[in-house]
Amino acid sequence: MNAVWPHLPALLVVLPLLGAVLAAFLRRGSTAFALALIVSLILPFIAGALLWQALATGPISYHLGGWEPPWGIEYRVDALNGFVLVLIAAVGAAIMPFARRSVALEIAEERLAWFYSMYLLCLTGLLGIAVTGDAFNAFVFLEISSLSSYVLIALGRDRRALLAAFQYLIMGTIGATFYVIGVGLLYLLTGSLNMVDIAARLAAAAPTQMPAIVAALGFITVGISLKLALFPLHAWLPNAYAYAPSWATAFLSATATKVAIYLLVRFFFSIFGVSIDFRDLPITEIIIVLSLAAMVIASLIAVFETNLKRMLAYSSVAQIGYITLGVGLANQAGLTGGLVHVVNHALMKAALFLAVGAIFYRVGTVRLADLAGIGRKMPLTMTAFTVACFGLVGTPGTSGFISKWYLALGALDQGWWWLVFLIVGSSLIALVYVGRVLEVAWLREPTPAIAHASDPPLSMLLPLIVLAAATIYFGIDTEWTAGIADTAAKALLGGLR
Amino acid sequence: MTAALSTEWLILLAVLTPFVGALIIPLFHKLPNLRETVTLVTAVLLCATVIRLLGPVLDGARPEAQIIAVAPGLDLAFKVEPLGMLFAFVASALWIVNSIYSIGYMRANNEPRQTAFYVCFAVALGSTIGIAFAKNLFTLFLFYEALTLSTYPLVTHKRNEEAVRAGRVYLILLLGTSLMLFLPAIIATWVLAGTLDFTPGGILAGKAGAPVIAILLALYVFGIGKAAVMPLHFWLPAAMVAPTPVSALLHAVAVVKAGVFTVLKVVVYIFGIETLGSTGASTWLVYVACICILLASLIALSKDNLKARLAYSTVSQLAYVVLGAALATSAGVVGSAVQIATHAAGKITLFFCAGAIYVATHKTEVSQLDGLGRTMPFTFFAFFLASLSIIGLPPLGGTWSKWLLTLAAADAGYLIAVGVLVASSLLNVAYLLSIVGRAFFLPPRDDDHGVPAKIKEAPLACVVPLSLTALACIVLFFQIDNIESLVAGAVTGR
Repeated sequence: MNAVWPHLPALLVVLPLLGAVLAAFLRRGSTAFALALIVSLILPFIAGALLWQALATGPISYHLGGWEPPWGIEYRVDALNGFVLVLIAAVGAAIMPFARRSVALEIAEERLAWFYSMYLLCLTGLLGIAVTGDAFNAFVFLEISSLSSYVLIALGRDRRALLAAFQYLIMGTIGATFYVIGVGLLYLLTGSLNMVDIAARLAAAAPTQMPAIVAALGFITVGISLKLALFPLHAWLPNAYAYAPSWATAFLSATATKVAIYLLVRFFFSIFGVSIDFRDLPITEIIIVLSLAAMVIASLIAVFETNLKRMLAYSSVAQIGYITLGVGLANQAGLTGGLVHVVNHALMKAALFLAVGAIFYRVGTVRLADLAGIGRKMPLTMTAFTVACFGLVGTPGTSGFISKWYLALGALDQGWWWLVFLIVGSSLIALVYVGRVLEVAWLREPTPAIAHASDPPLSMLLPLIVLAAATIYFGIDTEWTAGIADTAAKALLGGLR
Repeated sequence: MTAALSTEWLILLAVLTPFVGALIIPLFHKLPNLRETVTLVTAVLLCATVIRLLGPVLDGARPEAQIIAVAPGLDLAFKVEPLGMLFAFVASALWIVNSIYSIGYMRANNEPRQTAFYVCFAVALGSTIGIAFAKNLFTLFLFYEALTLSTYPLVTHKRNEEAVRAGRVYLILLLGTSLMLFLPAIIATWVLAGTLDFTPGGILAGKAGAPVIAILLALYVFGIGKAAVMPLHFWLPAAMVAPTPVSALLHAVAVVKAGVFTVLKVVVYIFGIETLGSTGASTWLVYVACICILLASLIALSKDNLKARLAYSTVSQLAYVVLGAALATSAGVVGSAVQIATHAAGKITLFFCAGAIYVATHKTEVSQLDGLGRTMPFTFFAFFLASLSIIGLPPLGGTWSKWLLTLAAADAGYLIAVGVLVASSLLNVAYLLSIVGRAFFLPPRDDDHGVPAKIKEAPLACVVPLSLTALACIVLFFQIDNIESLVAGAVTGR
């Protein structure tokens, strides 16, 4: 144990990477699944141990290959990314049992091993982005996760999945390019790629270097915003989510955009925030305006969607708006609200997409018009779906309420009354779009098309119920969500200039 | 110590009993008799638990139960105070009667989905108790939303186009107002006062100026859509598509009373009547309530559908409670609280009668009721008594609430409100007693002229409850001292 303990940060990345390579050599889908399951189940313990350690003793610094930073690559875990690591690993583990039947139905047998290989690779990339303390290393992991997620999406059964993946590839590549240009500018300015080191050197930068710093900030913000689907850079997301295999959608929606948000927060508060004063730049205002646009416009689009997956995808764009709103507010309550919504939204959206996956597994369609009376046929699935929907609306007693409570407090701290009304107004639009689905699902008579539908097997039902229960649990006990988010926000804001 | 512990457990028991009942009911899906037994046992247990809490509260104790601190300022906690006690008692006692009535009504009508009906009913009652015993605004808000969501399936019970559309109005108006106005008001209260606890004397004294308090009051009054203050009352007539037991207990007692109860509680324990009185921030509400009383009565007069008429009558009667709260005097608050109790007994009787008429004859319009009093004498006599109570004539409970509110309005110097109350009573006579008159004195319209009318009442399970609640209207007249002394503790006792 003592030999492994200090190397946990590296293990977090190496384990899924090895798993991915191994899975690629496997022929049988079920063996690859077993491998992916084992890896996914181990990771939360590693991530949990890291978070626990980071909270107890302060940031952990791990030097990859024994090379001292800033020359070598440093893995650095503090409250913020420990929190994100636990989220990714826990969601991966929670939804993994669902994959076996769902993926086997939607993907040809000979490609199953590839699918799990790509999933593990994607997991490697996402965990890597979160764990690394090196700006260029983050780019490498960003590319790993992106390339593997293009494949995951392209494996969707619908042929439009190919186009969606291609669209995502173009947008994702532009985003990654912007990001790496920004990192390049920072390297020119500081001669360093280590995040802590960059921040320290930027703090000492001469005023004449200011335009270059601002340019770097601009490139990095746009680049990451493409990855996290900040409105109006979200165009790739609805198609990608709609046509990817059901399970892949649940995984990506809960993790991929969330990691990008983490990276944005890291650059804003830990790197740029310590060297320049945001308040001199219009950047936070721009983010707030775009977030509000996402919350209102994407929600309105969701109201008119007839495909359940696309509706939830637009809902994701809107909910990401809540998170970036918290980032833009950049005060204690607001940032806490944004960060806690990263977790809350990940859990409820994973539950929703799993429920949709379960419906597809049983009925073979996710068009709203075909799902009349589905609640009667799949009561447990739709109950979990309904609970997660309440979370989206933000009714008290669900985790969504907690997020909105903190965001509204953050808005009031700025003295922005009108913003409170916009936040709750967007919840009302969410009520309309989930209400449409719930009405069709529960109040209509079942159509003959779904006459033989029933709740899916336990391996699919259990992850769904666990995630839906988490929506309620984290609405009542927020020590692990809002508590840690509060700690992380305090640390981030404490370092600001 | 043990005494404190036991009241804490009693509170938890009261809140949890209906929810546990809701979990047990579906187990007997296939055995209707056992299923209804569970409902009745749950209702009796709940009422017994609530009554056991009554003693300590009358003695001046304010039992509490802390569950969990959700976030800074957001505590899930309960505290029993006089207004909540009264509300919980009224709701739980009437639930027993209503359950008997439900069994008669649902079975006689062969309604589908009865298991879901009883489950949602139990959840709604649990939420009501949660509202009544909430220690702070957050807990109250939590159960307030739970009540909306649990009654939505009851409103849409019929599942036809009309019911679904009514359900939409119901959900969007109630959830919409609570999210758009009530929640921001709560957030603002937290930011201004630093607490959300219901505290005698209020928590906003000296924390904000008169304009801010007036705006905040408006957010609360209109945000609490369940109070059905015009123009946000549309959900209540829409909700009348629900089966009559739902209209009776939920939309004459639990849900709407939860609304006005919340308004009352916010006025007494958040703003504090002294703060409101000294700043004059609630003056506008007196006039809004007066308009609401008259307008809703006039609309009731124009409705031919019996349940719609009763619904608008409810809107008007609820405004009495809002009026009493807006007067911002202790007499007004006591009058409001008494009105919550007496109106509950009266209106549930009227709805029971409407349902009994529907079960026995399938008639829904007032104009169809000619001469029906001869075939359904018990039902229409109960209707008569309840009407008198709503109008405010002795020896019926409603007399006192009218009396107390009129005195309070006169004391506070709102002569116009006194006039409105008198005019409203006359309107009540017009739209309620006309129904009784038709039933007893007009000849039947049906083609069976000359055939001596035979008594053909609704099933016993319908007639007994409505007789009981009509009796309760009379009992309330003589028991008014107890209610007054209980609620007086809310405004005087600390």
